[in-house]
Amino acid sequence: MRFVPDARLRRKTWLFVAVVVLSNVFGNLLLSLGMKNPVSKALLGMFLSPWVWFGIALLVLWTFARMALLSWADLSYVLPVTSVGFVLNAFLGKLILNEHVGPRRWLGTLLIVAGTALAGATAPDTTSNGSRRP
Amino acid sequence: MKAWLLVAAVVVSTVLSDVLQSIEMKRHGEVVEFHAHGIRRQLAALFRRWRVIAAFAGMAVSFFAFAELLAVADISFAVPATAASLAVETVLARLLLKEHVGSRRWAGALLVACGVVLLA
Repeated sequence: MRFVPDARLRRKTWLFVAVVVLSNVFGNLLLSLGMKNPVSKALLGMFLSPWVWFGIALLVLWTFARMALLSWADLSYVLPVTSVGFVLNAFLGKLILNEHVGPRRWLGTLLIVAGTALAGATAPDTTSNGSRRP
Repeated sequence: MKAWLLVAAVVVSTVLSDVLQSIEMKRHGEVVEFHAHGIRRQLAALFRRWRVIAAFAGMAVSFFAFAELLAVADISFAVPATAASLAVETVLARLLLKEHVGSRRWAGALLVACGVVLLA
């Protein structure tokens, strides 16, 4: 059985994938900056850092964009396709946080890109039972 | 040791949250309204469902465990290590959510999982 998605759903899916990936990557990055440079050591001291708040704002956007994406796309599609964010995280970890990214991690990055491309070529929705609106 | 305990907490809470969220969003149907009124109305409807509330509770646990993980580990370790949830979730998507996971998608998920292991 083949599942052929329409062009509108494809475009909408890729737009939301981009929002999900970018908001998650930059949200994690800002959160990491905030947690690595704590303003206070208190239990909830993390909330005193502006980086943490900017990170949380982006992660809230990520949450709602991902919920919307899951309303029409399969979980088994969303997971690998949005994994391209790991690659961006590795790049930004190296560029901005000066983390070490050796050959092993670059090979991992390459595999993730290949996996994302393979899964991304499949139809986003394989379970629609007619509840989806046009 | 603390880092791996936090990784486990993130993975378990993420898997629960994602599966519950996916079930409920599929029941809701495709989101097509993106103006303020439509978003408010849809969120009000969604937050009356226990699976969505439980999914958000899982996300809260995942968030705090992940934030603590970022305090003790590199982001380039934390993000891929917690992505172990991907393998578990793909299997659950097939078994619980009855998604059609064809050979291409399995291969894609497998490549991503291998890549994640190398990144960690």
